[in-house]
Amino acid sequence: MKIDKFWLSVLVILIAGFAFTKLADNEFYFFTTYVVLQGLIMAVAWNILGGFTGYVNFGSAGFFAVGVYTTVALNKAFGLPLPVLLLAAGVICGLLGLAAGYLTLRLKGVYFAIATLATALVLETIVNNWKFVGGAAGTYVLQPKGSFIFDNYIELLFMLMLVLAVAATAISRYLSSSRIGQGLAAIRDDEVAAECMGVPTLRLKLISTTAMGALMGIAGAPFPFFVTFVDPVSAFALVIAVNAIAMPMIGGTAVWYGPVIGALLLGAIQETATVTISSELNLLIVGVMLVLFITLAPKGIVGLIQDYKKKKGANNG
Amino acid sequence: MADRVLNVTDLTKRFGGFVALDSVNLHLDKGERLGLIGPNGSGKTTMINCISGSLFNDEGTVEFEGRDITSLPAHKRAHMGIARSFQIPKPFKSMTVLENLCIPLEFAAWDRADHRHISEQAMEILETIKFAERAHENSGSLTQVDMRKLELARALAAKPTLLVSDEAMAGLSSSEVDEILEILLVLNEQGVAVIMIEHIMRAVMRYSERIVVLDAGKKIADGSPDEVMHNPEVERAYLGE
Ligand SMILES: Nc1ncnc2c1ncn2[C@@H]1O[C@H](COP(=O)(O)OP(=O)(O)OP(=O)(O)O)[C@@H](O)[C@H]1O
Ligand SMILES: [Mg+2]
Repeated sequence: MKIDKFWLSVLVILIAGFAFTKLADNEFYFFTTYVVLQGLIMAVAWNILGGFTGYVNFGSAGFFAVGVYTTVALNKAFGLPLPVLLLAAGVICGLLGLAAGYLTLRLKGVYFAIATLATALVLETIVNNWKFVGGAAGTYVLQPKGSFIFDNYIELLFMLMLVLAVAATAISRYLSSSRIGQGLAAIRDDEVAAECMGVPTLRLKLISTTAMGALMGIAGAPFPFFVTFVDPVSAFALVIAVNAIAMPMIGGTAVWYGPVIGALLLGAIQETATVTISSELNLLIVGVMLVLFITLAPKGIVGLIQDYKKKKGANNG
Repeated sequence: MADRVLNVTDLTKRFGGFVALDSVNLHLDKGERLGLIGPNGSGKTTMINCISGSLFNDEGTVEFEGRDITSLPAHKRAHMGIARSFQIPKPFKSMTVLENLCIPLEFAAWDRADHRHISEQAMEILETIKFAERAHENSGSLTQVDMRKLELARALAAKPTLLVSDEAMAGLSSSEVDEILEILLVLNEQGVAVIMIEHIMRAVMRYSERIVVLDAGKKIADGSPDEVMHNPEVERAYLGE
């Protein structure tokens, strides 16, 4: 029953998204929703390692940017089609996640978090000095010609992002409800006990970092065509890494739909502020919301709802 | 030798310069009940950590059912049938009591358990240790005593051939201790070998067929409860002459 409801919603969302591209003619809507959906994929990806497994990653922007620059480099060198670029970014960032996991997962807690941050800084330095992709000065990227069945390229990118967001969510949902997800939850709660209860902790953690890396890379792959000018400052933007942490925290990290709720809420607020005031406010907004949630509702919106339901249940019973 | 479950040979474990276990030998036959005792800090938990794979020993070998497992990670040992409880309880805090038991059923016992009725099996185990009424409580908010019971239940859920219980009974009332002993006896009758670490002498003496005494990382006695109790070295270790 539950499966049907989820996939039914997926179908409705995809159809509505497609109808949206045919009905709305102001490109602004697509720019806005693209950003929100990009944040959603990042949040869902972060949560696989951060929420399900309990390892806090501060280096999300690094994975995102490697996805971005995979597109920049392969597009410039070979002019490959978008689906191939997506795949390449997914594979490269998945491998990067695997390698980073292998090297850093022995570190616990705050040390792991610092290692991820350092990884992102190293990657940024490399890109800054890589002339082929524009180095620190950045590079222009031309949108490919033709937009498939859409009126323009931004509609295509929007629809692509919607499909990717749904796919990322489905993957995260699958992981959390499967045996893998149970193993990850055991690792998050107590790694030593998990290992002694037969959970192959290293293998599951590597699955977790690989899935996270791949999804973040895929989130970054279409970005060059979206902005058409890429430099390390935009690809490694602080707000990308901070949002990837804040969205799950605000929504709730324990369940697959937590980061989705957080991403939609925070994304909508940030985009509204960008339009009405300025994008400069985005970091401030996420900062304030993060502090509020961490202090007042550490389990996020999902936790608040669960507590409310429990209270109501207790009052009735 | 065919029914030797565990064979620990010359096992040494150091923490920095400190020798926590010094060339200890220990063996256990199928279905045997062994008591492991010793003063605080004598190395009992360290021994269990080396047997279960939570720690790797520096020297010596650990064999389980004839296979050298010295360098196997803990989860593989769990799959082979070694289960343990933790002296300081380590519940999966975000899960209910029942869900805690599902983890070993879905991992350690996966090759031995029926893959379908996982939560029914977990419930049965809780019923055997009279803990079923707690099944849906959050394990993080149990009392220390109840967490100990959960430790034991969770180890049972791994369907072990060797169960190591590290002070599962501390803090329990004497009738509860009797209940747990009864469960461990039934389990043992089904062929499970048990190593019991316990400070409650009455329980160890009653339960164990053989007792091993550790003192400052060395094995100082190995024999029947009667022999061990009248061993002057053991007396010295305990009374600290
Ligand atoms: N991870 C560790 N690092 C350093 N020293 C340790 C570690 N674990 C145990 N020790 C030391 O090794 C010695 C043996 O400890 P162990 O926990 O095995 O004793 P025990 O017999 O289980 O004691 P108790 O009856 O108090 O549980 C102690 O001196 C302890 O301080
Ligand atoms: Mg101990």
